[in-house]
Amino acid sequence: MAEIRIENVRKEFAGFVAVQGSTLTIDDGTFFVMLGPSGCGKTTTLRMIAGLELPTSGRILLGGEDVTMRRAAARDIAFVFQMYALYPHMDVRGNIAFPLRCQSVPRAEIRRRVEETARLLRIDGLLDRPVSGLSGGDRQRVALGRAIVRQPKAFLMDEPLGALDSEFRHLMCGELRDLHDRLGATTVYVTHDQLEAMSMADRIAVMNHGVIEQHGPPQEIYDRPATMYVADFLGSPPMNFLSFHGAVRRGDRRVVIDEAAIPVPELHEERAEGPLALGVRPEHVRFDDAAALRGAVLGAEYMGTTQIVTVTTAAGALKARIPASRRVRTGETVGLSFRAASLALFDAASGRALRSDLYDRVAHG
Amino acid sequence: MSGATPIPPRAERWRNRAAAAAVIAYALITLLPILWIVQTGFKTPPDSIAYPPKLLAEPSLEGYVNLFTTRSRQTPEYIAALPPADGWVDRLVRSRNMVVAGPSKFGQRFVNSLVIGFGSTVLAVFLGTLAAYGFSRFKVPLKDDLLFFILSTRMMPPIAVAIPIFLMYRSLGLTDTHLGMILLYTAVNISLAVWLLKGFIDEIPREYEEAALIDGYSRLAAFRKVVLPQAATGIAATAIFCLIFAWNEYAFAVLLTSGEAQTLPPFIPFIIGEGGQDWPAVAAGTTLFLVPIVVFTVILRKHLLRGITFGAVRR
Repeated sequence: MAEIRIENVRKEFAGFVAVQGSTLTIDDGTFFVMLGPSGCGKTTTLRMIAGLELPTSGRILLGGEDVTMRRAAARDIAFVFQMYALYPHMDVRGNIAFPLRCQSVPRAEIRRRVEETARLLRIDGLLDRPVSGLSGGDRQRVALGRAIVRQPKAFLMDEPLGALDSEFRHLMCGELRDLHDRLGATTVYVTHDQLEAMSMADRIAVMNHGVIEQHGPPQEIYDRPATMYVADFLGSPPMNFLSFHGAVRRGDRRVVIDEAAIPVPELHEERAEGPLALGVRPEHVRFDDAAALRGAVLGAEYMGTTQIVTVTTAAGALKARIPASRRVRTGETVGLSFRAASLALFDAASGRALRSDLYDRVAHG
Repeated sequence: MSGATPIPPRAERWRNRAAAAAVIAYALITLLPILWIVQTGFKTPPDSIAYPPKLLAEPSLEGYVNLFTTRSRQTPEYIAALPPADGWVDRLVRSRNMVVAGPSKFGQRFVNSLVIGFGSTVLAVFLGTLAAYGFSRFKVPLKDDLLFFILSTRMMPPIAVAIPIFLMYRSLGLTDTHLGMILLYTAVNISLAVWLLKGFIDEIPREYEEAALIDGYSRLAAFRKVVLPQAATGIAATAIFCLIFAWNEYAFAVLLTSGEAQTLPPFIPFIIGEGGQDWPAVAAGTTLFLVPIVVFTVILRKHLLRGITFGAVRR
């Protein structure tokens, strides 16, 4: 068990920057998820922590020890690969025992630990089966078994559920989280799936183009996104952006879009005249006939207890999550009001969120 | 793959039968010369040159006896004066008015072929596997040029460099030595081995080694315990190709070997000169010459069937 720290880690591949100067501390025992689209540098970061890639510059510390240039074999971490990477020429027992066999662990001890691990993962009935005949989920469990049997300092997982079908993935999410809670080891988990990230993580780092855009607990990232990118990446449907032109001053408590005044959390910084975007989560939109901001209904998706209604306004299209009981007609004109305390304001040019009361609560815990 | 095969419709069944018949006919045509050789090995010399050819002749081991012995012709009186024949070999030889003078060189030449063939195969596959792994996994400066260079050694017929090699071997003292022949065949085979094996190793996902590296193994241990077992198919196929080349090679063997390290291909034609046209002995030698390749291929056939498709159906 150990804390993982990466300092100014940068990785270039033949003229292409995969990771640009990330700094990050992952506390001991945390379930840490790196979330981002493919090619954002999350897997490269993970592979650098594992020692499968060497950083171009920067340092990596494991439990306070500088391991930047150390071989993967000497780092005492476990890695779970997306395609499992089970050794096809060994049976399940051989695969799980493989890491122990190079540590000169006595035979009886290996046997005991492999069986204990298999019981923990409920694959003890499969120990003498070849891995080629196993289902995706069982392969995944064997891969996990190979990782945990050694009791390493940390677990690194690269989209381990990516190859499973969605129903099973959900089940394995729960198992992984349970396993983490039981073992209490630091886990770094890479995924592009926000639902996986939200449901399992203690903390999430959202990456884009080799940069960590924001990191924090899932709820904080969801409620108070630091950038438009993060706001757009999380949530289904993601945050709406109403774009408008204007200037804001410190202390403002409202913005004006399409001649409608919209109350927002008190702003703590100012912007000269320029493009801005108001960020609204779909669940914070209400249909309110008295509201000044109007829009026309484009269509509705029925979701069971709620529905997602798409409305066009002068500031752009917007999706609202409202109770399914509200009947909407396509073409209908509706008034829109938002939950003021949850609105975020972005500088549309840089994509950064403007500081306001909403973000203050981040700084003060 | 599971369950009973469904019964194909009528037309398809006939098509299958026609295909099977064609395959059997083809196999018979290609195997006929080999069957003829094997049969000739068990004929007596007169039967072997009978005209019209005898399809069914009384089997005889005379060819094999002649292959393994040297004999001298004697007068019938001399033979009658000898002590009683010792065993069936003596009796057979005496019935032709000859006595056994000693063993022939066939056994020793056969051993030469085995040593040189398998020696060069092991060496070429060993070096080829290491080189292929390096080319497949590491950043090698000028990788493409080096690979092309390795391939280019194969573009010219080896015999084109026969004179330089002959002179070089003479001044190095490698002429007619096992080591010289092993080195030569290894050099010719290694480009084939590197290219074939690189294809196989490229197909093994890197994750396997990475998993082993993380599990605490060194690069070499990961190679030995994870890459090698999975490359077994490719290694077996490559070994067969290398062995077949080294086993059958004739031109260099004629040029560079004459006694000590002579292999079977240049030796077998000489059998015919010892005591008339001894076709059964030649056929017996050829039959035995085929055996090691057949045995080796049968042992590795499981790998070969998959390997010969060059990894296309591994997944």
